[in-house]
Amino acid sequence: MPSYLFWLFSTVMLAGGAAVIAFRNPVASALSVVACFVGLAGLFVGLSAFFVGVIQILVYTGAVMVLFIFIIMLLDLKGEVKRATTIAPILGGVGLVIAFVVQLTCVLSRSPDLPAPALDKTTLAEASGSLVHSGTIAASGKIATALNAGSLPDVHLIGRALFTDYNLPLQILGVILLVATVGAVTLSKKTDPSDRSDRSDR
Amino acid sequence: MATLNNYLLVSGLLFAIGLAGVVLRRNIIVVFMCLELMLSAANLTLVAFSRFHPSHGLPDYNGQILVFFVITVAAAEVAVGLAIIVALFRTRQTIHTDDLTSMKG
Repeated sequence: MPSYLFWLFSTVMLAGGAAVIAFRNPVASALSVVACFVGLAGLFVGLSAFFVGVIQILVYTGAVMVLFIFIIMLLDLKGEVKRATTIAPILGGVGLVIAFVVQLTCVLSRSPDLPAPALDKTTLAEASGSLVHSGTIAASGKIATALNAGSLPDVHLIGRALFTDYNLPLQILGVILLVATVGAVTLSKKTDPSDRSDRSDR
Repeated sequence: MATLNNYLLVSGLLFAIGLAGVVLRRNIIVVFMCLELMLSAANLTLVAFSRFHPSHGLPDYNGQILVFFVITVAAAEVAVGLAIIVALFRTRQTIHTDDLTSMKG
């Protein structure tokens, strides 16, 4: 990714993140999170992680933030906006962040810096050769064809790893989603007074 | 070209913003959104390392699969967490963390 695009997307992301804290209205905060995540998805695409960039947009900005905004509208928070801020949490938060950023810059100034490894036609063809040689992918399969043609079959590679090496975690993830769905329905269900008396009898 | 340390710095700054939001905001929904920012900052670090430490000449896809798992678990977490917030608002009529002190010692 060209340098100016990196800085553009990082600025969008960090400005969106700062606006989440700065806005008093929760709806404005939620929309700033959307801006932040769009910038983040741009950075993902710039890192050649196309699949992760797309699910960042689809899952986070598409589903999760819509859920947030839906809940904010549902709760009808009128009195929350006009509260006085106290000075102690602001000082604590700013102090914590400054300490964290100082630590981060100290660590980064000592760690060796890496330029991005090349992902051009020759390295992709070499990668295809080495993957076919190690028996990971078939020589005439979709992944090898795309790599030899000079494009990165990002989704195919992730899908192959997900359904071979990571098959058991994927199944467990499905169970987690099912449990979360059942839990969300149970938690947000209105408790009936007659139902409650039934339960105390048991 | 942006280097690895650029990405780590940006992701660390996003994490710091999320941390600041968790500490200094008092609206529990905004605190929850800042938690999501911190998770996303960790995701950016994972994707950056997967790109800058290639295996077989390709990005290391183990890192991106971890990001996929993190995003899915975060979505489940948001569903349950928002259900808890709705249940909390039904019983207490507030989502301001200063008003929720019944477990204070």
